[in-house]
Amino acid sequence: MKTLTYTEALREALTEELARDPRVFLLGEDIGLYGGAFGVTRGLMHQFGAERVRDTPISEQGFVGAAVGAALAGSRPVVEIMFMDFITLAVDQLVNQAAKLRYVFGPQACCPLVLRTAGGGGRCYGPTHSQSLEAWFTHAPGLKVVAPATPADAKGLLKAAIRDDNPVVFMEHKLLYGTRGEVPDGADVTVPLGQARIARPGTDLTIIAWSWMASEAERAAEALAVQGISAEVVDLRTLVPLDIETVLTSVRKTHRVLIAHEACRTGGFGAEVGCRIFENAYDYLDAPLRRLAVPDVPLSASPVLEQAAMPDRHRIVQAAMELVGGEVNSER
Amino acid sequence: MLDWYRTMLVIRYFEEKVEKLFSDGVIRGTTHPAIGQEAVAVGVCSALRKGDYVTSTHRGHAHFMARGGDPNRMMAELFGKATGYSGGRGGSQLMADYATGFLGGNGITGGSIPVATGAALSAQLRGTGQVAVCFFGDGASNQGTFHESLNLAGIWKLPVVYVCENNLYAMSTPVHKTIVIPHIADRAGSYGFPGIVVDGNDLLAVRDTVRAACDRARGGEGPTLIECKTYRLSGHSRGDPRHYRTREEEALWRKGCAIKRFRAVLVKRGVLDAAKDREVKRQARAAVAAAVRFARQSPDPDPATLEQGVFA
Repeated sequence: MKTLTYTEALREALTEELARDPRVFLLGEDIGLYGGAFGVTRGLMHQFGAERVRDTPISEQGFVGAAVGAALAGSRPVVEIMFMDFITLAVDQLVNQAAKLRYVFGPQACCPLVLRTAGGGGRCYGPTHSQSLEAWFTHAPGLKVVAPATPADAKGLLKAAIRDDNPVVFMEHKLLYGTRGEVPDGADVTVPLGQARIARPGTDLTIIAWSWMASEAERAAEALAVQGISAEVVDLRTLVPLDIETVLTSVRKTHRVLIAHEACRTGGFGAEVGCRIFENAYDYLDAPLRRLAVPDVPLSASPVLEQAAMPDRHRIVQAAMELVGGEVNSER
Repeated sequence: MLDWYRTMLVIRYFEEKVEKLFSDGVIRGTTHPAIGQEAVAVGVCSALRKGDYVTSTHRGHAHFMARGGDPNRMMAELFGKATGYSGGRGGSQLMADYATGFLGGNGITGGSIPVATGAALSAQLRGTGQVAVCFFGDGASNQGTFHESLNLAGIWKLPVVYVCENNLYAMSTPVHKTIVIPHIADRAGSYGFPGIVVDGNDLLAVRDTVRAACDRARGGEGPTLIECKTYRLSGHSRGDPRHYRTREEEALWRKGCAIKRFRAVLVKRGVLDAAKDREVKRQARAAVAAAVRFARQSPDPDPATLEQGVFA
């Protein structure tokens, strides 16, 4: 074990996979000499050359589509989209092309493409640089969706995504890049897609989250423990495939559910998770399910407004106490 | 050369039969026939090597057949049958055969331009000497994918040949209303590689131009944009009343039909006479009739397979 930041863990995953498999290459805006807007690819161009760590023009649709074509032809591209918001420019290539090829063309079509991108708010980047759009991609059959919360998962899941034969949307988080954590040694350690993580065991309620919100939920659970409340934190890690069994097992144990996510409420992935719980574990619930989400507004650039919109550890604590104490409000 | 002529005829008869089957309500959904554009498809594919990649469009039956697509499995796909290229999941626009490098048609106008560009990038990275050929229409040349992809190909000198089939209409909209310059090929100048205009109804001219472009691509000199001037003699899709153009204009293009012109070349070169012509036509009609029989007799896909194969 060694301690790495989330950024270093991602870089280590890229380094190891570039070294392991000559078919792997990276492309994106300013990922070469500059090292990527968040520094994830820093140094990789010097190590692997400008052919395999390839700067692109500002052409998201063009280079995401080129990655689809390269994947079909036998390469294994890892694309960086600087901010998750910019995926909108490439959605046709992801949703109408990459996602559907396998289902329509069968086993002859293999599209091993990873699209890494920085999602989430908390840095006052404003409405078009702060979104959490993961739910959109869970709605396109054929795409896998990954959102790690820790350095170990960032590395292990990225390696698994690169080795996966499907297109994967890999959502990183701006507030997580600088966080530190233990990362297992070994170039062949991966974290399989489709397995949730019990970030912290507990008995009084289940908090379900992913990405930055999972990290906040862990901090909240620590604070709740001080108050005598035992919260189990389920970090989904991958939204597609969804490990609903781990969720249901936890719910059947704790009988109370709080879902926290950074995407806006309506149509957020929390709605899907909540509905699955109702479909499969309704009888186990002792209280109505509770959701924390950004209200249905764009995130603002103002620190005050952004903070007012985003759930955090304090709100998770408050919501959890209400849920366990029986004082349940319907709105955030 | 006789093979190319036969393929053009199979394409023509296939498309005519498909139009009929759609109007009779035998097959459902949508289809976009390439009647009149056969010389582009066959001319381009005749210039390619085994292993070269081809991406196609919503109007892709001709491209696929010219690249070796089996009319039986194509017709079965149009019938939505299990024996179709995509097992009934894709329909007219989405068939592929990776064994021949045919990466598939596309339901999104301009959607395949970056995909072909990426296949060329992979070929370049792997050093295989493969070329990617990208078919698209005049309408697609106004999509953002056109600009972004040709720019990428230009800066990276990718082994890709962009083949624009300018059939003068994007569905109903005439090209002069959407593009102010006379030739789409001239746009290549913006990306630093050659743009060539060719008579798209002249199979040999198309073939020669594409062959030179492929040589250039294989030699590491980068992409070429080839604009094939042609005409869609049929409507855009089934049920198109063609109010947007005159019957006189259509008659003029019918006179310059690509198949007629190639037949004249073959006769002039002594490759074809009237008896041989009848024989080739009979073979082509028989192939299409057999395809319809195959499709009719094929089983429907099993609904139990509905949720299978979403992921690798």
